[in-house]
Amino acid sequence: MTTSTSVMGGIVRRKEDPSLIQGKGTYVDDVKRAGELAAVFVRSPFAAAKINSIDVSAALELEGVHAVYTADDVRHLGPNPAQVAVGTLRPLLADGAVKHVGEAVAMVVADSRYIAQDGADLVFVDYEPGDAVIDLKEAHADKVQVHEGESNTLLTWAGNAWWEGVIDLPDPSPEIQAAKERDDTVTVSLEMVNQRLIPTAIEPRAVLADWRGGYESVELWSSSQIPHAVAGAVAGVFGIPSNKVRVIAPEVGGGFGLKLNVYPDEILVCFASKQLGRPVRWTETRREAGFASIQGRGWVGTATMTGTKDGKILGYELEAICDMGAYTHNFTVAIPLLGLFVAPGQYDIPTSYALHCVMTNTPTTDAYRGAGRPEAAYYLERIIDDFAREIGMDPADVRKANYWKPEDFPVTTAIGLTMDSGDYATNLDALLDRVDYEGLKAKRDAARAEGRLLGLGLSTYVEVCGFGPSALAGLGFSWAGYGLPTAFNGSGVVRVQPDGTCTVTIGTGPSGQGHETTWAQIVSDGLGIPMENIEVQHGDSLDSPMGVGTFGSRSLAVDGTATYEATGRVREKAAKIAGHLLEAAEQDIQFADGGAHVAGSPDRAVTWGQIAEAAYQPHTLPEGMEGGLESSVVFSPPNATWPFGSHLALVEVDPDTGDVKLLEYWATDDCGNVINPMIVDGQVHGGIAQGIAQALFEEAIYDDMGNLLTASLADYPLPDAASLPSFSLDRTVTPTDVNPLGVKGIGEAGTIGSAQTIVNAVVDAVSHLGVRHIDMPLRPKRVWQAIEDAKE
Amino acid sequence: MVKSENGSGFMSHRTEDVVLEVSITVNGTAHRSQVEPRTLLVHHLRENLGLTGTHVGCDTGYCGACTVIVDGRAVKSCSMLAVQADGAEVRTVEGVADGDELHPVQEGFWECHGLQCGFCTPGMIMSSVALLESNPDPSEEEIRHGIEGNLCRCTGYHNIVKSVQFAGARMRGEEVSS
Repeated sequence: MTTSTSVMGGIVRRKEDPSLIQGKGTYVDDVKRAGELAAVFVRSPFAAAKINSIDVSAALELEGVHAVYTADDVRHLGPNPAQVAVGTLRPLLADGAVKHVGEAVAMVVADSRYIAQDGADLVFVDYEPGDAVIDLKEAHADKVQVHEGESNTLLTWAGNAWWEGVIDLPDPSPEIQAAKERDDTVTVSLEMVNQRLIPTAIEPRAVLADWRGGYESVELWSSSQIPHAVAGAVAGVFGIPSNKVRVIAPEVGGGFGLKLNVYPDEILVCFASKQLGRPVRWTETRREAGFASIQGRGWVGTATMTGTKDGKILGYELEAICDMGAYTHNFTVAIPLLGLFVAPGQYDIPTSYALHCVMTNTPTTDAYRGAGRPEAAYYLERIIDDFAREIGMDPADVRKANYWKPEDFPVTTAIGLTMDSGDYATNLDALLDRVDYEGLKAKRDAARAEGRLLGLGLSTYVEVCGFGPSALAGLGFSWAGYGLPTAFNGSGVVRVQPDGTCTVTIGTGPSGQGHETTWAQIVSDGLGIPMENIEVQHGDSLDSPMGVGTFGSRSLAVDGTATYEATGRVREKAAKIAGHLLEAAEQDIQFADGGAHVAGSPDRAVTWGQIAEAAYQPHTLPEGMEGGLESSVVFSPPNATWPFGSHLALVEVDPDTGDVKLLEYWATDDCGNVINPMIVDGQVHGGIAQGIAQALFEEAIYDDMGNLLTASLADYPLPDAASLPSFSLDRTVTPTDVNPLGVKGIGEAGTIGSAQTIVNAVVDAVSHLGVRHIDMPLRPKRVWQAIEDAKE
Repeated sequence: MVKSENGSGFMSHRTEDVVLEVSITVNGTAHRSQVEPRTLLVHHLRENLGLTGTHVGCDTGYCGACTVIVDGRAVKSCSMLAVQADGAEVRTVEGVADGDELHPVQEGFWECHGLQCGFCTPGMIMSSVALLESNPDPSEEEIRHGIEGNLCRCTGYHNIVKSVQFAGARMRGEEVSS
């Protein structure tokens, strides 16, 4: 590997790693505070029940237990805050009723987590179980109402649907209807499940609160992607100013959206610390993560496609029921909308959507890597394959026949969004040429002739990320719900220290994305200060610039741009100072080799140390120049960004067992310009693995009583190293013009492109046996059963 | 009407006032400690000995974030009691480097981008060390099976496999580049 001191577009080893590979990283559970106490929650065993009484007396008698809190103690704090307060917000502790298994009913605080668990075992709750609704179709039919008779901020529940989003723009339904009736068209339709998933960061969530009496301020350590929003929420709940709350997100052991929330436990440990005058910690167990953190996906939908027999698509319709769970959290209600943003994919086709967002007696759903976009891509890219098969065309050719063309950009979509840039056919061709697509098809056909079930699966995708434009705050895309009226801006502060080293502080909340390295590359490239002299700080709501956090593949495009702009301003000022010191015009100053020199005269040079020394001694500066050498920038992009790509998989299905073996996986993604290809590839690897995981392995399964049957990793099979192949990656580069770096975002692309790639491949392997569709996860029994059923 | 006890069985009912003495050598340093019999080895390492490099990612021994090497074998320290390690030699991620010189496995993970969030990394490194100590020249398939008891959510294992290959070559004294 080439290790360069710089920089943009270069592979640079990560600055984060020396600490992490030696076990010296600091995660929340590694932080110790003198006198700290531990909390454990008592959780509901019922999906729907009335709480008649809670008896905490035995727990309080246990030596080492300091307090047991129930709804009576915390009701005055209000519900758990969320970004958009629509739907039904969760009480901090169940208040008179529980709505899903695992809902927190009481919190026990004790000297240690062992004693707190002992105490939790001694809390007796008198429940009166009621009817629960778990199945999405039953919920949609209002067989049982999760929030019957309750009101919320927008409406009184008239059923389980908080929102019936029927969007027919620009009125395409008559057009699609007419297309269906034509003699030369074919219409295909499939009902498909995009199953619920448990995000499963390997680090469970953890919090540690230390309320400082006298100052009436609080320090909260939390494994969070959004420290600033958490700080706003804590301030709002306790009625204190936001500058009295310091939220620290140190190393975060994976996020994937599940740490993109303000959770009741974050509020409750602050409350307990305030009450008891001691630091209070809670660390989620893995089993609890199935109840205490959000889940993802959970759609049942029907995709319908109409087109001519030569592959021109004349209509795409999607109707789906989307599972909200029992309460709405941060983005719960926005996830299906985010799916709609990209529901037409890369295609210039008439569309029509109906989404039914319903409440069920299950834990809350919210953003999980991709967040609505994997679901949307799944339905579209599955049905387009089915359509291609029906008309006997190659699936790649059907896609290409309906793509937006490069000259169409910027494209305004049916629901009024503007796609920045794209060159979809070039991207797909790059993939197909690289893998010798025709050769692979011949290999598949030859194997099939021998009775082996090989399948090739293709998916292309476009996603939307890099949020976002400030004006979206009007639609609720802001932290206003947390008491912080701030749009989804990016922020960056670049400061050259008096010794010529550089400190960068940013408003993101990374959880493994390598921001310290990538941001240092941006700054090193701009200033010529070597990577090792640049320190990047993040994750402290008081010390970092006002930030939004890391989610939605937004950090580089938005916060990275802010840092890029701040770097440019520091360079401009440094050029003035260097010009003054060197008695040259500032426009003749060039930066290289750790300093500045006069163009054409490399020996007329000053180091960054000399420039900074002058900057911090204003009497040595030009008349009237302000001292210091730093810049702080807030960047609000004019638009989101729209990455895209093409994925292909080769699988083999065992006809006797239904076992799917993933033989090869290729991806050609396009995220615009790339700063560190190693890090970008790593994001794609992990994203693909999570999409494959949905396709083949993972599913949050509930019984009809609402018990989560897959709460442990024994029952929820994350892929291990032996169940995945290596991935073959490549890129096309179509920069965006919505930020000066030309970068789009890559955190979620792999996941958005991959699940349907696998399912398309498996269905391709067995389609000649009469199988049209198999619902995920494609475990052996399901695949075997589909083959058997097709024989009848 | 149902009276329900929130009994999970996990860590239930204290064995009050019972403590046992254990002697465990960790990374070459002998520690004599008093522990409750129910104390897990991972909690003993993290909370009593302050070695927080070893992580807890699940309750069932599936994720492997807590992997340490006990008497030469990779062990999930969340599935072992501290008292069971009495008299044992334990190596943790804090003890694999030779002073300032990284272990080849650590070098491999850094060089090949074998980690992202880093939470599974200590366990993954300890499993890889144990694998390469017992099989100095593993095939890709042997590497994948050798670390299948350690879950990573970030990397898709692609670069972890390359990291272990890098480390194996380095430990065999071969020229390596990545």
